[in-house]
Amino acid sequence: MGEHLVASKTGKALSADEVAANFTDLHTPLAAQLASVQATRCLFCYDAPCVTACPTAIDIPKFIRQIATQNPIGAARTILSANIMGGTCARACPTEILCEQKCVLKAGEDEPIPIGALQRHAVDHLLQEQTTHPFVRGPDTGKKIAVLGAGPAGLACAHALAVQGHEVQIFEARPKPGGLNEYGLAAYKMVDDFAAREVKFILGIGGIKIKYQQSLSRDFVMADLRDQYDAVFVGIGLGRARRAKIAGDGLDGVVSALGFIEQIRQADDLCKIDPGEQVVVIGGGNTAIDAAIQAKRLGARQVTMAYRRGPEQMGATQWEQDLAATNGIGMVHWAAPQRFIGEGAVSTVHFERMELQDGGLGGTGEHFTLLADRVYLAIGQMLNDDGLGGLKREAGKIVVDAHGQTSLPGVFAGGDCIASGEDLTVQAVQDGKTAAAGIHRFLEGQDG
Amino acid sequence: MADLGCTIAGIESINPFWLASAPPTDKQYNVERAFAAGWGGVVWKTLGADPPVVNVTSRYGVHKDTARSILGINNIELISDRPLEVNLREIEQVRKNWPDRIIIGSMMAPVEEDLWKELAIKIANSGVHGIELNLGCPHGMCERGMGSAIGQVPQMVEDTTRWVREVVDIPVFTKLTPNTTDILLPAESALAGGADAVALINTVNSVIGVDLDVMAPMPVLDGKGTHGGYCGSAVKPIALHMVAEIARNPATQGLDISAIGGITTWRDAAEFIALGADALQVCTAAMLYGFRIIEDLNDGLSDFMDAKGYRSIADFKGMAVANTVNWNDLNMNYDLKAKIDQDKCIECGRCHIVCEDTSHQAILMQTNEAGGRDFTVIDADCVGCNLCQHICPVPDCIEMVEVKNDLPYVTWPDHPKNTLKAAE
Repeated sequence: MGEHLVASKTGKALSADEVAANFTDLHTPLAAQLASVQATRCLFCYDAPCVTACPTAIDIPKFIRQIATQNPIGAARTILSANIMGGTCARACPTEILCEQKCVLKAGEDEPIPIGALQRHAVDHLLQEQTTHPFVRGPDTGKKIAVLGAGPAGLACAHALAVQGHEVQIFEARPKPGGLNEYGLAAYKMVDDFAAREVKFILGIGGIKIKYQQSLSRDFVMADLRDQYDAVFVGIGLGRARRAKIAGDGLDGVVSALGFIEQIRQADDLCKIDPGEQVVVIGGGNTAIDAAIQAKRLGARQVTMAYRRGPEQMGATQWEQDLAATNGIGMVHWAAPQRFIGEGAVSTVHFERMELQDGGLGGTGEHFTLLADRVYLAIGQMLNDDGLGGLKREAGKIVVDAHGQTSLPGVFAGGDCIASGEDLTVQAVQDGKTAAAGIHRFLEGQDG
Repeated sequence: MADLGCTIAGIESINPFWLASAPPTDKQYNVERAFAAGWGGVVWKTLGADPPVVNVTSRYGVHKDTARSILGINNIELISDRPLEVNLREIEQVRKNWPDRIIIGSMMAPVEEDLWKELAIKIANSGVHGIELNLGCPHGMCERGMGSAIGQVPQMVEDTTRWVREVVDIPVFTKLTPNTTDILLPAESALAGGADAVALINTVNSVIGVDLDVMAPMPVLDGKGTHGGYCGSAVKPIALHMVAEIARNPATQGLDISAIGGITTWRDAAEFIALGADALQVCTAAMLYGFRIIEDLNDGLSDFMDAKGYRSIADFKGMAVANTVNWNDLNMNYDLKAKIDQDKCIECGRCHIVCEDTSHQAILMQTNEAGGRDFTVIDADCVGCNLCQHICPVPDCIEMVEVKNDLPYVTWPDHPKNTLKAAE
């Protein structure tokens, strides 16, 4: 159904077909002819601003030209050599604040090249048409690296290490690989089993093994890994959802937005999920938007997002905010939740209106309430620091140097658990690449 | 409103746009649809003596850019494959139905005087306004000694023109092939043979592409392909040059020209008229979009003429001919420098990289305070070649500015650096 909501036509609950329609691809893939036309619009900029804006520095003009010259496999190879998760990034990247934001045709023709859609066109083509892996594993170096986390950072790091000929053992806490690609992206951004197929593709290079349901500190400790492996990469993400820490936080119906998103992604039958009737989503980031829209698309009667600051401060991009509006999500700005009220289960959320006071955020003393039988908290995630005792951390994130190395020699980190760029798949991939190069350099230094 | 009427070889047409001899003018049905759409005339698809030729399947190949625009078509179709009598009776009928429209009969025959004369008389008797000699078809017919096989031999051009001129009292158009080294030779021969006008260009001999799966030239017929005639906007520059050469050549100056070759828009039409064309023929553009393109051809040409104050085609016909000169007549002291409008620049970097890689390293790229890029021309290195201006995607962003140097108009023959200059 794309960007538009399929609403109930009868006033009754959404039918299974209507729910299914609400969870089809947010953006339909470009038809081949349109891809060709759009690719031809690309100016093939020199030292292109779109490349600079991509955290993984994909050679965008080159891959688009390859689409224009009817060489989609070559285009995909260009993308994947810079970003092995080009398929997910094509779907999930906020291109409107990255590559497409910098496209010179925004100024030239009022309309950027649809870089994300073209990237998807090329990568999907390769994944569908090419049976052989586009990259070759280097000769075995005899080095073994432990990677914690099979999310974007860990997989990107593992892939780059495999290309160098190192052997990689991934430890994943969850039963499935992919990290937030598998569990945390809105279902209509990652339809069908794309996340799983992408992981399978990445592992296709060989030399990478994954052990599932293995957690640091519970199943092993850092010292063991440092003993048994030549290097360690930590790509564990942010494993703890932040709680509201206000009265009523423990009431039934006050739940984590990420947990809700995961439930949708892992559901066999979307109709069995109860999204709530009167829903309030607390937060202003893309996770809040994803939870709000999906609640609405599952059939919630009324969904309101409440954010303690204004639209300009929201973590969600303007495009995401517009998508929420298109989907009938109410938006209340400058509203901080004070307490959740209810008998056992939440029924009301009590807010105070906020404003900027001397540059900081302050309450106005003015209060209001929203009815809610479900509250999704999307107020951020925190590092789960179990077992990370030896790693230097700052502001809740692991500290790394320019090569991705932590305060412990031979232990590297990347993805959401470090402070690099935005917490995005594309940044995690870049972190994984950086750390893999750092690890390779570290191992060569040892030999030297 | 400008008057679009024109006169060529004494024939008056309501507008200068005729459909060229080709598939669109193959029969009464198409021609009447063209007239209903507004075309001023047609050159009927080339007629030969019976029995009619037999055509093959798969007749066209196209040359496309990376989007989907067709730059040119090549065809391997032969002349009319319908009986001569059928064609002639249809011509008679259309002449009656559309008295204000022009029909020219196109013809070809082997190089035998009787055959040319006999066919010319039959066609003239059908009531056509004129006869066009097809001496250009570069595929198929030339293998039978006709088409370009005649057009490439000036003496044969003169002979066939004269043969037809001798037996008909209507204007004779000699259609020239561009597949020759010097277009003036056949043009002068046509004039010598008594042509009232020349029509040019016919299609350019070509292989349009290779099917890389079949490994054969396109269009592929049962695994094989052959060269064909190339037409469409891609050949317009070739046609413009040849028209201009005839228009400015002292021996052919004043010979009426029916210009053909990639005319797609009113602007193309105006350019040919400016280089001396008296009337125009169109084929490929109609084959790509249908006959209704005539509406904008007429409107656009009329609006252009109104904007410039030209009341008739004759008002601006040939106005660019005097300015079409030999390289040796150009002013060596004329100096241009590129100037980039920073407000319009969208920072694509194309001007920089083409100058850096392929020209004179005269466009500097620097990061500015806002994190963007500034592109500036190094005047000392800029030779004024225009490349940056042409590749810039933003209209009017790069301007070629004349450097006022107060130097006189000096041509190469008079230039101080010309070591072959006659000693003075």
